Amino acid sequence: MNEALKVDNLNKYFHEPEDFHVLQDISFSVNKGEFVPVIGKSGSGKSTLLYLLSTLDTDYTGKITINDVLVTGKKQNDLARFRNENIGFVFQFHFLLPEFTALENVMLPALKLGRYSKEQIEENAMAKLRGLQMDSFAKKLSSKLSGGQQQRVAIARALVNDPSIIMADEPTGNLDSVNTGIVFDIFRDLSHNKGITILTVTHDLDFAKGADRVIEMLDGKISI
Amino acid sequence: MVDTLIAKRHLMANKKQTLVAMLGVTFGIAMFILMISFMVGVNQFMEDTMLSSTPDIHIYNDIKTDYTTSIAGEYFNDPTALVLVHHPKPKQVTLNIKNAYGIINDLKRDPDVRYVSPYVSSQVFYNYGPVQINGSIDGVNILDEAKIFDLAGKMVEGVPENLLSFDKGIIMGRGLAEKLDLGMGDMVTLTTPQGTTMSFRVVGLYAIGISTIDNTRSYVSLASGQQLLAKDRSYITDINLKLRSNKTARVKAIELAKKYNYKSDDWETANSSVLAGNIVRDTLTYVVSITMLVVAGFGIYNIMNMTINNKMKDIAILKAQGFAGKDIVRIFLSQSLFIGFFGAIMGEILGFLLSYALSRVPFPHNDFIALKFFPVEFNPAHYIFGLAFGVITPFIAGLMPSLKASRIDPVAILRG
Repeated sequence: MNEALKVDNLNKYFHEPEDFHVLQDISFSVNKGEFVPVIGKSGSGKSTLLYLLSTLDTDYTGKITINDVLVTGKKQNDLARFRNENIGFVFQFHFLLPEFTALENVMLPALKLGRYSKEQIEENAMAKLRGLQMDSFAKKLSSKLSGGQQQRVAIARALVNDPSIIMADEPTGNLDSVNTGIVFDIFRDLSHNKGITILTVTHDLDFAKGADRVIEMLDGKISI
Repeated sequence: MVDTLIAKRHLMANKKQTLVAMLGVTFGIAMFILMISFMVGVNQFMEDTMLSSTPDIHIYNDIKTDYTTSIAGEYFNDPTALVLVHHPKPKQVTLNIKNAYGIINDLKRDPDVRYVSPYVSSQVFYNYGPVQINGSIDGVNILDEAKIFDLAGKMVEGVPENLLSFDKGIIMGRGLAEKLDLGMGDMVTLTTPQGTTMSFRVVGLYAIGISTIDNTRSYVSLASGQQLLAKDRSYITDINLKLRSNKTARVKAIELAKKYNYKSDDWETANSSVLAGNIVRDTLTYVVSITMLVVAGFGIYNIMNMTINNKMKDIAILKAQGFAGKDIVRIFLSQSLFIGFFGAIMGEILGFLLSYALSRVPFPHNDFIALKFFPVEFNPAHYIFGLAFGVITPFIAGLMPSLKASRIDPVAILRG
């Protein structure tokens, strides 16, 4: 199978503040190694879609399959383990843990997974940081880094368990154009050269232009 | 373990807050240690004082008021007549224990019994010049009696053995001697209720620390006591026992009463009011200590809640990266337990220092209380209990905030 992600008939309702059909019969699939931005106006449901795909939000009907594993209906603890192994996250507000150094932030998900020894994890984390030209900041507290630097550390952290898919929510929403360019190049490199599927919500149209294909959301539906 | 690593960082990142939370537990545990050590010390002192005047078991011949049988019926010689006798008077009884030496030998063979001290006791008047004071006299084998009550340690003047080396010697309670203005070597005349009198020479003074005894009781030798009462050498009215363990006294007393058919009192029954005081003090200690620990627990609860509110984003990001609910509980609960454990350890040290300091504070001088310093008991069990409580309280206090943290919906936070 060449499908990294498959979505069947996804429906999602918000009940607060009033009943609202936010996602309506969404079906699509993404192939391995594809770089797919999801765009749309605010309120179109693109972020909601991303959080459903990320398995963090389980309140929906329909089916989500990631790497040929049906994640719909799994227990919370199993989903946590699944995310840890298979999905890397990048968020708009970088969200590093401020008490930890850049290197430690990258190491944490790998330590949680516990597949390798601490030394191996540290080596691997350093390699990921080096790949993003962040190795010289490894020992710095993450709260002491600039926004662009933090976002690169966050990407390194998303990569540390070698996930098959990276999900990003407005990864460049808080960055200037230079850093946006850097993040874009990193993502394209990851998808084309490392075969990692990248699904990113964005409203930066320049960012979306260079991608393989774009999923555009309109009023809770995919409008291609 | 990655969870403990995160917990450690959270604690270290906010040292002042961690320390304040710890101090809450520290003071709670320290006060618990101080109070329990002091209260138990007081209880122990009361018990020691009590046991210095009460034997583990006291066997004696009580005046029986059994009026169920009457020979009045014989007078009417009519089996159908119903005879009612109003207000019969107690018959004259001798208060001695029959076959006393048989019982004593039997007791000496009993494996539970450590020491046996038979004696005669009687009411007497102490005459010295024109002064007459009502009191009591115990005619004892002074060596046996000394073993049971540690008399040697309570002598103000002289030694217990003086009773053996002097003919017609008497060891008096200090209060009694002061009332009569008697000193060592002075003569005192004793009068029994039966009217016999006899003179004794003061060869020792003791003070137990209980004024009702120090002001009324004296010891003479068993032979002198029997002579004073004009009885033979087999006349014994009371037997005091010291057991190998005084905890078994209550059961043993019942057993002995049944066996010998004499009244048998154990020390707990004889001093139930003092023991009731001990229970009240114990209860008070636990109530106050637990209250303080609960207050410390609320402190921890507050701080954990605050920490978790500040860490909402971190919790969300950890969950997104694959940390499960139980990991989040572990991260925050271990912080709470760390605060509790080290707070409790510090509290134990502080509590020990405070208790030690108190045990060196001189007790206000008092003739009737044999205390030089405040009584403080150092018992490892209190420290173990304190530590256990110091860990359990934060566990409970930290559990609710931690569970709350584990239930945080990451989507709501990550979406902003």
